[in-house]
Amino acid sequence: MELYMSIAIGVLFAVGVYLILSKSILRIILGTSLISHGVHLLLLTTAKLKTGAAPLLGEQAETYVDPLPQALILTSIVISFGVTSFFFVLAYKAYQRLGTDDMEELRGEEDE
Amino acid sequence: MSLLHAAIMAPFIFAVLVPLIYKFTKRIHTGWFVLPVPVILFVYFLSKISSVQQGETILTSIPWIPSLGIDFTVYLDGLSLLFALLITGIGLLVVLYSVYYMDKNKEAIHRFYVYLLLFMGAMLGVVLSDNVMVLYGFWELTSISSFLLIAFWYSRERSRYGALKSMLITVFGGLAMFSGFLMLSVMSGTMSVREIIAQVPDITDHTLFIPAMLMVLLGAFTKSAQFPFHIWLPDAMEAPTPVSAYLHSATMVKAGLYLVARFSPVFAGNAQWFWLVTAVGLTTLIYGSIRAIKQTDLKALLAFSTISQLGLIMSLLGLGSAAAFYSGSPDSLIYTKATTAAIFHLINHATFKGALFMVVGIVDHETGTRDIRKLGGLMALMPISFTVAAIGAFSMAGLPPFNGFLSKEMFFTAVLHATEMDFWNVQTWGVLIPVVAWIASVFTFLYSMILVFKTFTGKLQLGKLEKKPHEAPLGMLISPVILASLAVVFGLFPNLLSYSLIEPAMAAIMPNMLAPGEKFLVNIEFWHGWTTEIFMTIGIIILGTILYKLYGKLRVLNQPLFKRVTFNRIYDRGLALFEQGSNKLTRGYMTGSLRHYMIYIFGFMILILGYALAYSGGIKINASEYAPISFYEAVVIIVLILAVLALPFVRNRLVAIILTGMSGYMVTLFFVLFRAPDLALTQMVVETVSVMLFLLCFYHLPKLKKEQVRLRFKWTNALISIGVGVIVTLIALGVTSGGRMFEPISDYFLKESYTSAGGKNVVNVILVDFRGFDTMLEITVLGIAALGIYALIKIDPGNEILGQR
Repeated sequence: MELYMSIAIGVLFAVGVYLILSKSILRIILGTSLISHGVHLLLLTTAKLKTGAAPLLGEQAETYVDPLPQALILTSIVISFGVTSFFFVLAYKAYQRLGTDDMEELRGEEDE
Repeated sequence: MSLLHAAIMAPFIFAVLVPLIYKFTKRIHTGWFVLPVPVILFVYFLSKISSVQQGETILTSIPWIPSLGIDFTVYLDGLSLLFALLITGIGLLVVLYSVYYMDKNKEAIHRFYVYLLLFMGAMLGVVLSDNVMVLYGFWELTSISSFLLIAFWYSRERSRYGALKSMLITVFGGLAMFSGFLMLSVMSGTMSVREIIAQVPDITDHTLFIPAMLMVLLGAFTKSAQFPFHIWLPDAMEAPTPVSAYLHSATMVKAGLYLVARFSPVFAGNAQWFWLVTAVGLTTLIYGSIRAIKQTDLKALLAFSTISQLGLIMSLLGLGSAAAFYSGSPDSLIYTKATTAAIFHLINHATFKGALFMVVGIVDHETGTRDIRKLGGLMALMPISFTVAAIGAFSMAGLPPFNGFLSKEMFFTAVLHATEMDFWNVQTWGVLIPVVAWIASVFTFLYSMILVFKTFTGKLQLGKLEKKPHEAPLGMLISPVILASLAVVFGLFPNLLSYSLIEPAMAAIMPNMLAPGEKFLVNIEFWHGWTTEIFMTIGIIILGTILYKLYGKLRVLNQPLFKRVTFNRIYDRGLALFEQGSNKLTRGYMTGSLRHYMIYIFGFMILILGYALAYSGGIKINASEYAPISFYEAVVIIVLILAVLALPFVRNRLVAIILTGMSGYMVTLFFVLFRAPDLALTQMVVETVSVMLFLLCFYHLPKLKKEQVRLRFKWTNALISIGVGVIVTLIALGVTSGGRMFEPISDYFLKESYTSAGGKNVVNVILVDFRGFDTMLEITVLGIAALGIYALIKIDPGNEILGQR
């Protein structure tokens, strides 16, 4: 399982990076959300998969999966959601004011 | 705090007071108030002569940064005293001269004297410091004050150019010297020059010994305008003439000579030191003298002659260092004569060159030009200036009965002895030394004669002069007359100097040559019989006179040759190339394109992580520890990968958003499969809201345009992204395959969740109880994002920014 998960994470990262390297702001934001998915899955995978029941003590199970990475991922999901939504509104405002979503056209002045 | 410390600090303290004095005493020239400082210091240092002559030295220290071994230690021996006397003595004459030279109504004389006093204090600090770090500090202070003085008339472009050039070159050397000092202190474990000298036998074989020598020499060569670092000196002639006379002939340019002399006890006796110092000195000597004859500007001529004479003294210090090799044997005393000549000529040069600069200043002041081609026939109008100039120039040329004659004879003695050396390969090349020295002396004779006779004899060209020339005011003449008289006095009675100053200075330069209580016995005779040296001088006079007669024809021959070889052009082109190069480099990679910067970042990440993985054995796959995969999981993975892989090829943005949302929901399914209910809930909600947000703004954004990029770019992007993906996959595999380095701490959370915190949902307990601090800050992040979005949408600065574009 970990092997396939690692490959899936790799694909998420690769496509995320590819989108970040493109010109359109929308694609860049989509790329960042793909990379954050990749990071979350990476956190989960590196803590070993399927070692027991969900970390709810009511289950009365022998073993539970590691709860700490889950807490970390939860924090990360919320933070990346905040950041992504801010980016999105920023991109929207930038397009509204500057009339383009092309990063090449958003380059600074020549002599700066 | 001793009197010596006070002597160094006095000019600095007085420099602070100068602007106040200037402000409240507008009627009197500020120079008169400055004059007492060098006078008192000069008298103070004169009073030390007798005790230093007895072999006594003064050493006192004020703690400054004791933890780093940096203390403000001052040390007075023969060498320091000689330089201190030069600095204060010439300093007082220059201040006196400048009172008449600088117009108090037209010039900002308060600034002039602040800079001059700063320089005087810094220079005293250089020659009196015992701690190398303090020495370096004062050294840079002389560079800075020299920079300020050269650019005194800062509205002139040439002045600023000259100041910048001298700053760049001397600070370059200064920094090299700094590194040399650091190496010395690393080798010897101390920063005191005297203690370094005491450890010389232990450090000579150290690997840093030669680098330290080279670095210290670099500092000395740049400061003393040695070949090829001499180029700043002629351009420094844009400074007011008193500054040229003081800094660029008598004191600052001799700081390098001081450095070589001061560190001779450390480095002398090594072949590298001997050859470097001697060869660079001789090259400078002959190069400076050849360049000097072609100058048409009097100050430029004097600048090249200064370069040449500094090279002479430098080569003598190099020849003198041979004595240390023979330390102890009677042979060595022959070579010490070179050091004697160096010190003697150092004093002589300060006297006649100071006088010559002042005379040139007078000529400039009274006629309005320094151009030889416009001058001539001033002898009858300016008899006193002519006399001083003649004495100075004859002394510089090495004619009897002036002091330059004696030092030139001693110079020839030294170079003739050099041919007898039978070590360090001197026997192969040593023959060249006297030949070069003799030819350079012929040129020296030639430019000295040009200086005097082209300016003061011949036809008076009144039409070309801006003012009607007449003799300078008496006050302006005092200083050059005193210096010229000294040139005569030292010429006729050289032993005045030899007992009082030269012997103690020699003892300081070559301390190992003497048994305790012994002294060098220097006796400079005015007439020493019909020796080879005399015939060499006669030869110079004959050949020099012939060349002077042919000068008009020679000059035509010389011009194109000189124009081809100039180090100024190398410097200018080099500076321009550096500027263009760094500009090009910066423009090359700082393109302003976000994509490029991301490529650098990801590319670097791939290289570094790939290198680390490859060389630390991080790449491994250990399938035995992996959890099994079920059909259901396989389907989710395949859907996720397909959705993600389709994204780059999608042109419709709605489909792109839906595909991203799909990948998010697949991640949610993973969370379900891997027993993370809280994550699944959160991920589902967040993904839904994100997709809604995307769709909300969907209407306002433009259509996803077809990416107008060249294929090559797409391939770079693809390569970089595949690289990142592979690296991340390898890292994930490496982590999951390695086995754990230590047990996770989760057992604690699972055990204590209910008993300590009273909750059965362990993830929630961790979030709000065990690690509640994270959650608080995460809430803050959300709050800030919300406020930021609100501000972005609501606060509208209007169209001002757009309007400006």
